[in-house]
This record gives sequence, C-alpha cells and structure tokens, in this order.
Amino acid sequence: MSEPALRLDSVCRSFGGLQAVDGVTLSVRPGERRALIGPNGAGKTTLFNLISGALPLSAGRIVLFGRDVTTAASHRRAALGLARTFQITNLFPDLTVLENCLLAVQAHTATRFAMLRPVRHYALLLERARAGLASLQLEKLGDAVVRNLSHGEQRQLEIALALAGRPRVLLLDEPTAGLSPAESRLMAGLLRRLDAGITVLMIEHDMDIALELAEMVTVLHYGRVIADGPREQVKADPQVKEIYLGA
Amino acid sequence: MIRRRALLAAAAIAVLALVAPLLPAYPLTLLTQALIVGILAMSLDVLLGYSGLTSLGHAAYFGVGAYAVAIMTTERQAGLVACLVMGVLLAAATAAIFGLLAIRATGTYFLMITLALGMVIWGLAFRWVSLTKGDNGIAGVPRPSLGALDMSAPLAFFYFSLVAAAVAWMLMGLLVVSPFGLGLRGIRGSESRMLALGYNVWLHKYAAFVISGVFAGFAGTLWAYYNGFVSPNDVQLVTSVETLLMVALGGSGTLIGPALGAGVIVFLKNFVSVYTKRWLLILGGVYIGVILFAPNGIVGALRGRRR
Amino acid sequence: MSPEFWIAQSFNGLSYGALLFLLASGLSLIFGVMRIVNLAHGSYFMLGGYVGLTVALRTKSFGLACLAGAVAIALVGMGMERFFLRRLRGEVLGQVLMTIGFALIFQDLALLIWGGDPYTVPIPAMLSGTTRVGGAVFPIYRIFIVGVAVVVGAAMWLALDRTRAGAMIRAAVDDAEMAQGVGINVPRVSLAVFGLGAALAALGGVIGGGFLGVYPGADFEVLPYAFVVVIVGGLGSLPGAVAGSLLVGLLDNFGKALFPELSYFTLFAPMALILAIRPTGLFGRV
Repeated sequence: MSEPALRLDSVCRSFGGLQAVDGVTLSVRPGERRALIGPNGAGKTTLFNLISGALPLSAGRIVLFGRDVTTAASHRRAALGLARTFQITNLFPDLTVLENCLLAVQAHTATRFAMLRPVRHYALLLERARAGLASLQLEKLGDAVVRNLSHGEQRQLEIALALAGRPRVLLLDEPTAGLSPAESRLMAGLLRRLDAGITVLMIEHDMDIALELAEMVTVLHYGRVIADGPREQVKADPQVKEIYLGA
Repeated sequence: MIRRRALLAAAAIAVLALVAPLLPAYPLTLLTQALIVGILAMSLDVLLGYSGLTSLGHAAYFGVGAYAVAIMTTERQAGLVACLVMGVLLAAATAAIFGLLAIRATGTYFLMITLALGMVIWGLAFRWVSLTKGDNGIAGVPRPSLGALDMSAPLAFFYFSLVAAAVAWMLMGLLVVSPFGLGLRGIRGSESRMLALGYNVWLHKYAAFVISGVFAGFAGTLWAYYNGFVSPNDVQLVTSVETLLMVALGGSGTLIGPALGAGVIVFLKNFVSVYTKRWLLILGGVYIGVILFAPNGIVGALRGRRR
Repeated sequence: MSPEFWIAQSFNGLSYGALLFLLASGLSLIFGVMRIVNLAHGSYFMLGGYVGLTVALRTKSFGLACLAGAVAIALVGMGMERFFLRRLRGEVLGQVLMTIGFALIFQDLALLIWGGDPYTVPIPAMLSGTTRVGGAVFPIYRIFIVGVAVVVGAAMWLALDRTRAGAMIRAAVDDAEMAQGVGINVPRVSLAVFGLGAALAALGGVIGGGFLGVYPGADFEVLPYAFVVVIVGGLGSLPGAVAGSLLVGLLDNFGKALFPELSYFTLFAPMALILAIRPTGLFGRV
C-alpha cells in the first residue's frame, strides 16, 4: 500500500481540564476526498488547527507524506504542500482581491523576499494569481478591496488562496459556512471540480454536500473518532444515526 | 494611486530644490531639519504603517547613528563616508540584536519591550560617560565635506539633505511596493493567514525591523551633522513618541504622509516655542486632537475627501 | 565587598522593589482588565507626589498627604478612562498617543504649578532615622516602604481572591466579553480598576517622594521601570508584579552599585533572558 498523504496517530489536545481532541487516529490516502463531520464542539476545527500547526499537540504524532511534522512550524507544513481554509473568513481585508491571491502565489517562491522592484514587475506571479482567481470565477473582481466583497465572494476567495499555492493536501473548514442554498450549490460544484491529485479533508455541516463530495467519512464526537470509513458504511452506522437523529 | 503620490513627491522635491536658494537662512535650516526627521518618520512607517508593529523605541537607532558620527568626527576626524557607513552599520546591528528580543512579542508586549530597549540606549548615552560624555553631550560635530565639496553653508547642506531624503524615500518606496512589502502588508492584515499560506512571519517582521532601524540610523547620522551636537535628549522616550505622532499625524501606511507629519511637527515646534513656553501643553493637545479628530492623519483625510 | 555591602544593597533593592510594586501592580491590573496601554502611568506617580507634597506642607500630616494624593489622582485617572480612553478599546496606537498627550499636558501643568525645582516630601519624625537589626543599620523609612507594599499586596490578593468584587475583576481579566455576558458590569469594573491603579501609583509617588523626591521628569524616568516590571512579571498577574518588582529593584540597585556605567544594561540583560525563555513574562497569562 502506498504511503498515506496524511496520518494522525493518537493525536490529543487538551485545554486545561477539557480534552478537545482525544486520541484521534486516522489515515488519508493521496487523492482521497474525506469528510470530517460531527456535532458542534466535537473538536473538528481544533483538529484542523493541530494539523496545520496553528496549535501544538498535547500528545500524538502527525505525519505528512511520510514526514513527521508534529513539531514543525506552520510555514514548514505549508512548504510541504499543506493548505487550509478558515471557517471564519480569514482574508486580508484592506488589500485587493488580486493582492490577496498574489500573496498566496508568491508564498513558496524566492520572490517573496524581493525588495527592490514593484510587484507588477513580476509578470509570472501576476499571471498565476490571475489564473488562480479565474479558476474560481473571481477574475473580474481583481481590483476590488476584499472588505467590500459579499460573503459568498469572500468564501470563494478563501478557497482561491488555499489553491493558489498548489497544495497537495487541502483542509477545507466549512467551505459553505454562511452561504445561501444557491451559493452552496455553486460551491459544491466548484469543489467537485478540484484537481483529482489533491487530497482533500473537509469539515462540513451540510450533510448532503459532505456525503456527496466525499467518498470517505470520519465522524468526531467529543474529540473522539466514533466512525471512520466509506460513506455508505458510516451512513448506516447506528451510533452515527443516534448522534444525528437521536440526540 | 501610488504612482500619483510618487509623482507628487517627486514634484515636491523639485520645487524644494528650486526654491531653496531664495529662502532666508532660518526657514532653510528648518526645512533641512524637516527632511532629516522625515527620514526617521518614514522608517517608522515601514514598521508601523506597513507591518503593523507599533514601536516605542525608534529613537534608539536614530541615536546610535547620531552618536557614531559624533564620536567618530570629534575623536577621530573621520570622513563623511566612513561616518555614514559606521553609523548605519551600528544602527543595523542594534536593531538586529533588539529585534531578536522584540519580534517574538506582539501587540502591547512589543510596544513595551521596544520602549524598554529604547531606554537601554538612552541609559547608555546618559551613563557611559567615558564614551558619550553623558548628559553634556558631544559638541563640535563639523559639517561634512566630500572631497572638494564643502557642506558647511546652509544651502549646500540643505541640498545634501534633500538628496539623502530623496534616496531614502525612493528605497523605502520600492520596498513597500515590492513583493516583500506586500508580504508585510499581509502580515498587518492577518498574521494567521500568512502563516497558513507558508510565510515565516517571524523572519519577515525581523527583516522589516532591521531595515527600519537602518533608515532610522541613517537619519541619525544626518542629524549629527545638521545639529553639530548630540546628547541623550536625542535618544529619549519623548523623541520616539514624537516620531510616532508624526506618523499618525501624516497618516500611517503612506510613507509620504509621515514625512509631511514630520514637517508639520518641526515647524510647529519651532514657531510655537517662539511665542510661548507652554510648548509641551500644546504638543500634548495636538496628540489628543489627532486621535480625536483625524485618526487617519492628513493623507488619510485627503484621501477620504477624494472619495 | 563586605557582607555589610551586600546586606545594605539587597535591602535597598528590596525597598526600591517595594516602591515599584505600588507603581506596577496597578499597571498590570489595568492592562489585565482593559488591555489598555497607559503611558501616563508615570505621570500618576509624579502628580501623586506633587499633590502629596502640597498637602504635607499645608497640613503637616503625612498620612493625609498619602490619602490626598491617592484620591486626587484616582479621580484624574478615572476621568481619563471614562471620557477619553474608553472609546479607544483595541486601538493600541490611539491609546499610546492619547495617553502620551495627557502625560505631556500633566508634565507642563506640574511645571506651571510647582516650578522646576526638586522637592522632598516631608516625612513624620517617627519614620525618619535608622534602626539597628542584627549588626546592620537600616533606614526606618525604607522599612516603612516595604511594610506598605506588603500590606497593600496582601490586601489586594485577599480582595481579589476572597471578595465578590475581586471575583468580578478576575473574571473580567480572564474574558471581558464573557464576564459582560454573565451580568458583570465590566465598564464599571474597568473604571474602578483604573482608579485603583492610578491611586496606587500616586501613593507610590507620595511615599517615593519621601526619599527619591518629586521633580519634573520623574514621570518619564519611572515609566520604563514600571513597564519592565510588568513585562518580566507578566501582564495581568499580581504574583508577577511581586516577582517583577523584586527582580527589577534588586537588579537595578546592584547594577548601579557595581556597574554604574551600564546601569540600564544590567536591567536589560536579565529581562532579555527571561523573555527568551518565557515571552509572556514569568507569570504571564495574557
């Protein structure tokens, strides 16, 4: 069996007395589409923060493409091909849409340290940034200041930023958060067209979209994995049914 | 919009260059002072307006540059180039060391650590009497000369300062529109996002800190030549705070705004103190007034009106 | 260096640390509750000293001077918070500039009212002179300062730990939004804490005025010390303020005695060391 793209070994995170993530073990194959679902407070975003490096682990290991990144800083994990979006939109509000994308594009290049020429001089970067916007139908908004965008457009830009760095593993934190049903459908279409080579781990509250886009599902409850496997199997799991239909 | 500002600034420089020979000595020296302090204000804007780091100890690098020149000219009769290089290098070294401590901190901690570090330099200037002559300061710094070019006359020194300010402004201007500068603005916008994108945020902030210190030190070297006298007063907390006021008054994140703010404060200081001893009271009022009535500074207010 | 030297210097450091505690504990608490950077805190110290001086000269009562200084400056502080600083929540640059503006105004007003000469606050006879403990000689006034700091510190700790008001303050330090959510009147708590902090600084100014004197420039001279204490001890922490004050008091004293040319440096090096290990200070929780 080929090496997993992302592997978590008994990952734990506690805040004082609260065990937010309790011994989570999971393994995601390259190119897989996996949904991470569970009730509010189950520890999903915390788990993302642990994987991306925003939070340190209390215990356990995280392995990215065979490399142990448990103690690696966020930017090192990003350099290995990890990208994420944020549940609460986290963009650069006073910069233009194009500038936002440029930041994403230049992040892994030596150009990010260039100090003596204006950004517009670097045609290749600009091209990549514009292409990145176009792939999410945002190219007309290039000069708009992010602060003035609609919520839906901002959520799209969130994804554009994560994709612009050409990631190998993509963590999507509730991509449809705050979107209208129509916008959610559009977003789902967008996500379906993601490059098949990218490994996608997605937190999603909208069960229909989650089960539509992902072939594998992991269910989290009070920080523990209570179900993990192909979506039909998880859908039929009695414990999962109880959590979503019973309580 | 950046191009428009750049053109305006270039025009202003040209106007100053043309008008200078017609000005009487006193306004000319004030303009010279405004140019030099303007460099200091712009250097702080790189840190504050573009990187989002509010530093209360910027006078430290200014002072290191100034003292370097003062000591080297009075004790070793060193030439202009040697002094400039030494002053800037020492300021850079100071910023490099202080940055290691300060950049780990954020927000208020950063503010307080930079304040304390600024005080360390002040303390050294005040107490290390064998080197700095302490409270007496170092007097007798001669005006520089470059080969046959003697710059002791006010007009000659004014042009020297104008060229220096223009060069500093161009370099800093390039920095803030470069990819690195964009990175700094990103850090100011959202550090967490920059980290997630893969930037080594600490390194970028540190680099900005040192670069800012370099330009502040450069301003300090010019100041020593301008003033002829360097004392601990040049390194005190009030100087750092005044620089902060210039940035806020002119409008942070615009580079030319803080330079304008520097000009306003320099002229205000010199005119007001002629008419009243209660200069501090008025300055305090200006601080409070700016926050209450013009939080985006002069340039910010102008920009707002254009919309 | 004789043992007498070490004992004397340690005691001096201890008493200076006690003074710093009065100054810095208020600053730490203010920051803990309101996250406000107040560069006029040194001004509270200086103004307190001046007010205390005037009252002491008029009424010949040191106790009244302390009380007057504390109350007057508490009012000044609360006025600043209520009418000027409250609107600047979260705006660090705005807070810095506004509080410096006030500091400059206070400095000039003090110059106007009291002139440029240094004064010493007259202390009661029973507190002056020296006393012998063991083989060493100690100034009684400095013992008094340590005593005041201990009493104030203990009172603050008990109040924070055992009273309802203290619990409200601790809640506001922990999470102001949440505290407001459970019904704690956070603006009123903020105002009270600000007043308390200013009063403590002013008290420090009056008491400090007895041996350091009151003079123009005391405000900006003492401010960095307050900040170093709070940085080292950790923002928002009372034990941190104690630890920080002791450390800074001792280091400053020994530094000045042993390496007079590098005095601020001897303060800086340990601060650097501590920050290298713990960037939020020894007991920092913010």
